[in-house]
Formats: sequence, structure tokens, C-alpha cells
Amino acid sequence: MARLSLDHVTKSFANFDAVKDVSIDVGDGEFLAVLGPSGCGKTTLLRLVAGFEKVTSGEIRIGSETVSAKGGSVAPERRRVGIVFQNYALWPHMTVAENIGYSLKVAKLDRAVARQKVEDALALVNLQGLGDRRPSNLSGGQRQRVALARCLVAAPSLVLFDEPLANLDVHLRASMEDEFAAFHKRTGTTIVYITHDQAEAMALADRIAVMDGGRLAQLATPRELYHEPANEMVASFISQGILLPADVLGAEEAGHCKVRVLGTELVVRCRSGERPRTGARICCRSADLDVSPDGAGFDGLVKRVIYQGGAARIEFAPFNAPDLTLHFEQPDPVVLESGAQARLRIRSGWLIPAAGAAS
Amino acid sequence: MSTSIRESRGQEMALTAAVAVVIVLLSLLPMLRLIKEIVAPGGTLSTVAIKAGLASPATWIATWHTLVVGIGGTVLAVLSGTLVAVLITLTDIRGRSALVLCYVMPLMIAPQVTALAWLQLFGPASPFLNLFGAAPPLGTKNPLYSTSGVILLLGVQYGPLVFLLVRAGLRKLPRELVEAARAGGAGWFTVLVTIVLPLMTPSIMAAAALAFVSCVGNFGIPAFLGIPANYLVLPTLIYQRLAGGGPAVLGETAFLSVLIGIIAMAGIFAQEVMSRRRDYRISSTSLPAEPYEFGRWRPAVQAGMWLLIVLVLFLPLFGLVLTSLVPGYGIALNARTATLDNYRFVLFEHDAASRAFFNSFWLSIAAAFFAVLVAVPIGYLIAWGKQRWVRLLNLSVELPYALPGVVLAIASLLLFLRPIPLTGIQLYNTVWIILYAYLARFLVLALRPTISGYHQIDRALEEAAQVAGAGLFMRMRTIIFPLVAPAAIAGGLLIFMTALSELTVSALLWSSGSETIGVVMFSFEQGGDSNYAAAMSVITVAVTFVLMLVTNLLAPYLPSGVLPWRD
Ligand SMILES: Nc1ncnc2c1ncn2[C@@H]1O[C@H](COP(=O)(O)OP(=O)(O)OP(=O)(O)O)[C@@H](O)[C@H]1O
Ligand SMILES: [Mg+2]
Repeated sequence: MARLSLDHVTKSFANFDAVKDVSIDVGDGEFLAVLGPSGCGKTTLLRLVAGFEKVTSGEIRIGSETVSAKGGSVAPERRRVGIVFQNYALWPHMTVAENIGYSLKVAKLDRAVARQKVEDALALVNLQGLGDRRPSNLSGGQRQRVALARCLVAAPSLVLFDEPLANLDVHLRASMEDEFAAFHKRTGTTIVYITHDQAEAMALADRIAVMDGGRLAQLATPRELYHEPANEMVASFISQGILLPADVLGAEEAGHCKVRVLGTELVVRCRSGERPRTGARICCRSADLDVSPDGAGFDGLVKRVIYQGGAARIEFAPFNAPDLTLHFEQPDPVVLESGAQARLRIRSGWLIPAAGAAS
Repeated sequence: MSTSIRESRGQEMALTAAVAVVIVLLSLLPMLRLIKEIVAPGGTLSTVAIKAGLASPATWIATWHTLVVGIGGTVLAVLSGTLVAVLITLTDIRGRSALVLCYVMPLMIAPQVTALAWLQLFGPASPFLNLFGAAPPLGTKNPLYSTSGVILLLGVQYGPLVFLLVRAGLRKLPRELVEAARAGGAGWFTVLVTIVLPLMTPSIMAAAALAFVSCVGNFGIPAFLGIPANYLVLPTLIYQRLAGGGPAVLGETAFLSVLIGIIAMAGIFAQEVMSRRRDYRISSTSLPAEPYEFGRWRPAVQAGMWLLIVLVLFLPLFGLVLTSLVPGYGIALNARTATLDNYRFVLFEHDAASRAFFNSFWLSIAAAFFAVLVAVPIGYLIAWGKQRWVRLLNLSVELPYALPGVVLAIASLLLFLRPIPLTGIQLYNTVWIILYAYLARFLVLALRPTISGYHQIDRALEEAAQVAGAGLFMRMRTIIFPLVAPAAIAGGLLIFMTALSELTVSALLWSSGSETIGVVMFSFEQGGDSNYAAAMSVITVAVTFVLMLVTNLLAPYLPSGVLPWRD
């Protein structure tokens, strides 16, 4: 088990920065998920940690050893990291057992010991008895398990997953997710897990690093990420947050402050030390919105009603900001119809910290 | 409505029929005629021809020699081609395209020219060694006149063939398969041996089979290097028999040519069996692996690569050029003795030689032109046709090229020895029989690029024209031909380059008046006039170079892999 730390890591391809000035500390035994839209540099980050790419600047340490720095880099085969690839990357010319036992063979482990370890690894991923099969004769889920067993058999100190479940169907995903969680609990291995599925990241990770255009947008626990996004990108990316323009009216008191949003005043959560300012934004979730036929709130038009079984997703445009779209859910019986007029109330929200404010 | 449907069906039928006729004439007919000669010479079933062939000790010796040089050449080609492919594809070596161009070059040079060039380099009269005063004394035997000489040159000639196939395979290797092994603790060499090369087994096997067939069927190299040492392989044995006995020994040579065919087929069959034994299918696609970094060794490795190129390409060609400038055998070359007389002689003074240039040029042009015209409709049926039997079509076009050229030459002789029935036209002993054999043999060189051209075109382009009311011939002319033309024409240029200095087929089919460049070059060399042979070689190599440059202009419009020398 080992700590992993990235220290101002930058990776450029030609003139293009795929990873920009990223610093992350992953604790011993921590499960870190890396989340972000396609092309934001997740895979590149992982390949930097594994040593397949060299850093342009910055430093990467595994345990106490500096493995990547501008001056030089420890070869991937010396880093003792395990990788599970999205496309499994099983060697088609070897059996399942040969695939799993490969790193043991490379390490010239005693044959009998190696065989036992392979058996154990197969048992760990519930594939007993499939050792003699060819990868091409396995189902997608089984291949993914072989890939997992192959990376675990050498007891790596750090395991890297690159979207390991992206190619599986929904049901298999759920069960593999459980297996990953169980595996992490049992072994306590440090894990860096790349995904673009938020639910997966939230369910598995101790902390989540959200990346955007090569930069680290926020590194926080799932709860904090959801409730206290550090910037607009994270706010809108996570769980489809709704961003609304706001003016801060009063200074922070006990984690809350008063703001004006869409012409109404309300109290939202905020960071300590917030002072009155204009041009701020708040983030609220669909759960923070409800219809208030005669209470306080703002009026607007129902643009679309999408029935989703048991509830409808309502898209709503306020009259005094018709370009904005707010969405919320209304459980059955759904009474709103598209084209109807309604009054909406924001129950709570989160004031997004001013850009450049220290986190 | 119904008339137009009938019309388009009619055009399709006409096209199919025309293609069928061409293929029957060029591919099936000669093969069937050859088989008939073996099984039923003179019209009745008999095993006399087979028995006679089997009884002759010369057959067995030549068969043995064929296997020795075939296997030896293949091993050398596979080792060198694979090594170079790995170095060029998987490492951070610099100047890739130049290396690829130079390494693949020998493939574009006719085997007998390669043979001649190497002979000039090491022989006792070598103008190159003479430059340093290091040539062996006159009268010493050239060390290349030997089994190992033949094997060496076959390896040099066909190493690039292996290289091209293995490189194509290596480029498709997904990087994750390599990286998974590296993360598992394997160093680069271990990854190469346990992952990369095993996964390349299908490519290497296919390349080996192709190299084997080429080595076994090669005529130019064993003719130039083996005959002087009285080391006969099957193609040269056939040549000697025919040269000595004429049509009378045709039955016997037919048996020998079938024997070559069988040996070649056995090579292909062995490859099929070996490749099936395991699962090598790579399913995922991804970026290629990061190149291996040589670090401070890179200059050394690079220097090694260029040294290899100098050895296999530049030195032999240099030797060839020097020989073509020497006024006579054994005369030392210097500024005073250097002369262009040899060129003048072969181009203008020697009747057969100038005739040969004329013949070879128009034969190559005709073969290329015809192949381009035919490849477009055949490619259409193969690439876009719905019928199952078109796969067979592809196979039957491949056959005359896949089988050694000697086989086709003998088959053509058998087919046209007598005047063509009903018409009374006599092709035997004319230049037309060579043209026929060229058409049959080289058609596939234009067909392959054309088919890959078709695969790159969106079929909707044709369908749009169809919806607009264009019949098949109209679409062929206005839509399809313009779209696949670059690929087909590049194929035609490849045919021209190959046919221009072709020797294997014409050596058996030529007659006085229908000499080709290869034939005259061969007879000059046999008569000891290496300088003339060298001059002719230099001219053809120069023409080939120029054509390669011209063909490069087409490159932007071509599917990748059509021009072997382009990276
Ligand atoms: N070898 C390379 N050369 C040039 N650009 C590259 C290279 N590898 C990645 N990139 C670029 O870097 C950026 C980040 O790529 P990366 O593969 O890390 O994205 P990702 O976050 O993993 O995306 P996805 O979720 O689609 O897998 C992309 O714009 C990509 O085009
Ligand atoms: Mg990725």
C-alpha cells in the first residue's frame, strides 16, 4: 500500500496541454475517483502515474519514491502498479491462467507458488475453474474480472482503473461495482479509479477529483462535491446542478448568507467569510425547487413536461430571465402541463465561491 | 419502370459475363490445361508423365535444392524483415520514412538485377573492389556462385516483403496489450518476446509463406548465381530442359512446374495450419504503443540501420553503375577509362537489346493498361457484389500470381503450342504469348489496390447516382471509375515496373524477335558481357525510380498500403 502524490504535474502533447498543473495527494489505502467530461485528460493522468507518459513538468511520487520528474522517470515495470484497462487488454494468445500468472512468471516466481497464487486470484474474482479458457471465450464481465485478477495477483501497492465498467451493461456494472468496493475493503489497496459515471464515483470513492480541460476543478468527498461545489463547472457537472445569477446582500453568518435571486430574497449556504457582492451565482439542485402556488417565489412558464415514470421532469423558464432553464421533478399525480404558468420557490442553495477564492 | 429494371439487370449480367470470360481465359484455362497435361497427356488418363518425372535423379536433386534455398531464403528474409520491422515500428528511431523507402527498394528491383549487382560487387573483376585494389585475382570463383550466395540474395530480395506485412501487423497492436505487460513488471525485451512476437504470429507466418513461395519460384537469382555453379533448382532446371529440348520436353517440364506449384502450396498450407493453432485475434483498436527509447544507444542503432541499407541497396547499385561504365571485363575503372559506350551499345547498336527495350516497354504498358481497365469492374463485383461466388473470383485471379511464374509460363506454352482452335491463330513463338502471360500473372497487382479503393468509398455515392437514374455502365464511367481511378492506376504503375524487367516468364516464352529486357540481360551475362547487362540494368532501375516518383504524386488519393515504399 502506498501514498500517491502528484505535485504540479503538467503534460503537453506538442502545444496542447492534456494535463495542466494538477496536484493531488492520495492517502494510503484511499479510493480516489477521477471524474470529468470526455477528453479532459483523465486517461493521460492515469498513464502519467503508470509511467507510460513522461511528465512535462512537476513530480509524481509513489510511497516515498519519486517516480516521475522532469529529469527522469522510473520505468513502468518497476513501479509496482496494477492497471485495469477499459478494453480489458487481455492477451489473446494466452489462457486465462497464463494471463493472470504473467507478472509472476516475469518475476521468476517458483512454479507451484505461482500456480497457487493464480488459483487464489481466480477465486477472488469468482472465476474458479476457468483458468484454461481463452479470453475470447469469456463474456464481457468475465473478461473484466480476469483483468482485475491479473492486476491483483502481483499485490501491487497502487491499482489504477481506467473506466473499467464502461463496456458493461447496467446490471453487470452494479454487481462489479459491489465487487470493487468489497475488494477495496478487503485489501485496503490505494486505488485511482477513472470514470465518467458520477453515480459510480459517488458510490465507490472516498474522494473524487473532478477534472476539466486538463485542470483539477475540485478534489473533495462526494458529499462536499454535491453540496459545496467549488466552481461553476463542478456545480453544473455534478448531478445537473442549476446555476442562477445572484447578488449577495449580507455577510456570512453561521455558514449562511442572504442573496437575491430572480427578484426574490432567500438564504443560502456559503463559505465562511463571504461578503456582499454582485454578479455571484448560486447552485441549486432540482430537489431544492418546489411549486408554491400562493407563497413567495417567482413566476414563469412551464416549457416541457417529460414523464419519467412515477414523476415528471419539468423544465421551467422564469419570466424575468426567460433564457434560463430550471428543472425539477414533480411526483405523480403530475398536474403541470407544458405552456402552463406556475410559481416556483427555491428552498435552499449554495453560493459558489468567487473565482480565485482559496478553497 | 419495369423496362429500366430490366435494363440495369441486363447491364449487370453483361458485366458479370464479361468478367467471367476474362477470368476463365486468364486464370482457369491455363491451370486446367496444365493439370490435364499431367493427368492425361495426349487426352487419355495416364501416369507416364508423372512416373518419368519421378524416375529422373535430376528432378530430385533440383527439388532438394529448391527446398534448401527456399527454406534458407525464407528464414533469412523472416529474421531480417521482422527485426527491421520491430526496430522501425516500435522504437524511437529517427528518419522512418527514409528508412522504409530504402529498405523496401530492393523489392522494386528485379531479382536478376539484384543478382547482377551483387555479383559485380564481389567478383574478381569488381570495379568497386578495384577502386581499393582489393578485387580477388582474375579467374577466382565469385563467392556468390554458391548455395549460400543464392540464399543470401533471396533473403535480401524478400526481407522487405516480410517487413511490410509484419510492420502492418505491428501498427495494429493496441498499446494496452503492451502496457498491461509492462505494468506486470516485464521489461521491454520480455514484452517483445512474450507478447509482441507471439501476437504477430499470424503476420509473420503469412509473411513467411509469401516469402517461401517467392523464393521457391524465383528464377533470376538462381539463374545468375546457381547455373554457373551448376546448382540447379526447379525453375532453372525447367529453363535448361526447355532451352535444350524445345517443345518435345514440354510434358516433362509440365510435371516439374506442377512440382513447384505443390511445394509452394505446401508452404501456404503449413502457414494456415500454424496460424490456426492458437487464438491471436486482436479485438480492440487503440493507439499504437509508445516507442521504445534507445536513449544514448539511438545513434548507434540508427547507424547500424543505415549500414544495413548501404549494404543491401546502395553498394550493389553502386557496383552496378561502376560496371556499366567499365569498357571491358577486368579493366580498372578510372576517370580515363570510364565510358558510356555500354549504354550506347545496348540502346542503339545491339539489335536484340534495342528490340528488347521496345518490346518490354510496350508489353508492360499494354499489361498495365489492360489490368487497370479490367480491375475496375472485377473489383466492383468483388468489393460490392452480393453474390457468394465472387470470393472464388478473387481466388482465381490471385492464383496465377500466387503460383510461381514458371508454372504459368509452362501452362501458357501448353495452351498455345498449337494454333488456337477454329481461328488458326498462332501465338507460340510470338510476342503475344508473353503478353497473354503478363496479363494473367499481373492482373492481381492492379486488382488488390482497386479493391481496397472500393472499400474506402461510401457506397452511397453510387446509390445516389442510381437513384438519379444512371444505369450500371453510366455509373461505372461517371462515378465509379473516377473514384477508384487513383488506386487502379497506381496498381497499373506497379504492374509496369514489375513487368518491365521481368525475367521468369519471358525466359521460357521468348523467341527471336520477341526478346524482353530481362532475357537479353540474362544472355549478356551468360555470355560474359556483364558490362552490357549492367548498363541495361541501370537503365531499368532508373526508369523504375522515376516511375516511383511519379506514382508518389498519386499518393494523397490512395488508400494507405497501396504503394509499398510509402510509409
Ligand atoms: N498521445 C497523444 N498525443 C496528442 N494528444 C493526446 C495524446 N493522448 C491524449 N491526447 C489528447 O489529450 C486530451 C486528453 O485525452 P485523454 O485520453 O486523457 O482524455 P480522457 O479524459 O481519458 O477522455 P475519455 O473520457 O474520452 O477517455 C485529449 O484532447 C486527447 O486528444
Ligand atoms: Mg480515457
